[in-house]
Amino acid sequence: MILQQLINGLTLGSLYALIALGYTMVYGVLLMINFAHSEIFMCGAFVSLLCYVRFSAFMPPAQAFLAGIMLSFAVCALLAFLIERIAYRPLRRASRLAPLISAIGVSILLQNAVFLWISDQSLAYPHAFEIKHFEWLGARFNSLQLLILGIAFVLMITLHFFVNKTRLGTAIRATAQDATTASLMGIPVNSIIAITFFIGGALGGVAGALNGMYYGSIKYNMGFMPGTKAFTAAVLGGIGNIPGAMWGGIILGVLEAMVAGFIPNGSDWKDVIAFLVLLIILLFKPDGLFGKHVPDKV
Amino acid sequence: MTKPAKWGLWGSGLVLLILIPYLLQSTPASFCIRIAGIAGLYMLLALGLNVVIGFVGLLDLGFMAFYAIGSYTAAILSIQKVPFVWCVLASMLASCLIRILIGFPALRLRGDYLAVVTLGFGEVVRLVATNWDALTNGPKGLPRVGQSIRPASLFGFELTSNLHYYYLILACVLAAVWVCERLNHSRVGRAWVAIREDEVAAELMGVEVTRQKVVAFGLSAAFAGLAGAIFAHWEGFVTPESFTFWESVLLVCAVVLGGMGSIPGVILGTLCIVLVPEILRSVLGSYFANARYLLFGLSLILMAIYRPQGLWPSKRRTHELKPTEAGEDHARETLYDAERK
Repeated sequence: MILQQLINGLTLGSLYALIALGYTMVYGVLLMINFAHSEIFMCGAFVSLLCYVRFSAFMPPAQAFLAGIMLSFAVCALLAFLIERIAYRPLRRASRLAPLISAIGVSILLQNAVFLWISDQSLAYPHAFEIKHFEWLGARFNSLQLLILGIAFVLMITLHFFVNKTRLGTAIRATAQDATTASLMGIPVNSIIAITFFIGGALGGVAGALNGMYYGSIKYNMGFMPGTKAFTAAVLGGIGNIPGAMWGGIILGVLEAMVAGFIPNGSDWKDVIAFLVLLIILLFKPDGLFGKHVPDKV
Repeated sequence: MTKPAKWGLWGSGLVLLILIPYLLQSTPASFCIRIAGIAGLYMLLALGLNVVIGFVGLLDLGFMAFYAIGSYTAAILSIQKVPFVWCVLASMLASCLIRILIGFPALRLRGDYLAVVTLGFGEVVRLVATNWDALTNGPKGLPRVGQSIRPASLFGFELTSNLHYYYLILACVLAAVWVCERLNHSRVGRAWVAIREDEVAAELMGVEVTRQKVVAFGLSAAFAGLAGAIFAHWEGFVTPESFTFWESVLLVCAVVLGGMGSIPGVILGTLCIVLVPEILRSVLGSYFANARYLLFGLSLILMAIYRPQGLWPSKRRTHELKPTEAGEDHARETLYDAERK
């Protein structure tokens, strides 16, 4: 039973971790909560479904699904890039409240664009391939869960190497540490910020596609809950901290699965638990589990 | 404008606000009275939210939580046959106290974290209202079958029609405007503005920052509690669906659209968010009424970029220092924009 919930929690947690990476990277370079990120996640699910439906007419479903994921990767990256360009960049020098308000505006806009022009109902997300069930030590898991875990971990490990071992990754870390000094060292800060949005959006888009597949249906307002939970995960791991976001996501996912599995009526209360974790972490340890304390700039 | 002329203008405006609904009440346009009442409730909420966002500069994304707490308190008490006035007072007190309890730890956080804490708390309240069957009857809402929320009564006069509630709400909005106006020009109001502009400088000048923030926080919730209590009695029915995150966002829209910190601006902003969908619906059909959130989202982005002071900016804001005049920000500007130029 514990193993069972652990596997469910890991699957959920790896999705949260993918979304949380987008929040945390953007926060790292801009010190701003990208409220529209949950809508990018939602758009990822829709893009992948629409592509899957188109493509499966002339290719095998599994390939169509993979093509859908890749397209949502690309489209969401572009979307995040455009959002930064249009709604956030003009506000770099404005007060802290302004980009936050603009981000909420983007979030409302995207959600309602999908509501009006694509669908106001939930759409069924078909399974692209036959799902095999396995049993191991009394726990049941399926090939879909393995696929999600696999894709999520490959992406996270790639990101880890990208950020730590490449020149571009070093530039991202430098910008996050101190944008002014980074620009004095010849790092094009604006392009680095754009790239950060690009990567965050791509990961969010893939998470959306996988999430749609996992739950079997998608809706225009599906981004809010996972988005807020992923943000919780990012805060839990210490916002701005990339490994922290991965661990935070996995911890939160496992915690949620345990609550749903072991507390009576737990599935009604699991969302409350996520928010309570967020409140408690913010109130008592706002730097997160893995973050280091950054004093406010005066 | 001379003082008597100003009073004359205000007086005639008030007379129109009282007379027009009275004349409309038996015409086919009487549905307008209800819309005006709803707009009034939103005004109460937006005025309360404006204390926090506009005066102190703290973004709150879960304000509907306190409207919910007010509504549920009033509904639960009214079912127990508590008189209306006591229900209202209890609602205001409950919203206020819970808000202060949350506020003490939360207000030490930086601005955007506070936004997330309030968002989270707003959702917690909604989810608790949905799941705690014993207290709130879950998604089915209060009152339960066989119980009822009695209509409000004031000094032995029972409020039964929409018009009665309209007058009650009108009186409350006027009182709220007066309270906000006086607060804004008081010592407390100036302390709030000082905090909004520069927290550290305010602290150094002897403003007790956390205490002033808690005062603003609690006070704003009292507005929400009042609106909630009236809403519960007027509708006679409370469900968790009335208090979603999007309603909170709508209120933020109203405040930002009208002009943060500007009382006439907030009233104007509220009128925009309540009336624009109604007008869209009657002129263009229900399809466009669904597009209202799209318009609000777009307007938030455009306002943030092109007109951050709002449609009707507060006088005080227009006298403020522009951020680019400060030395440090100037330095940041050149570094960030070096590439673009």
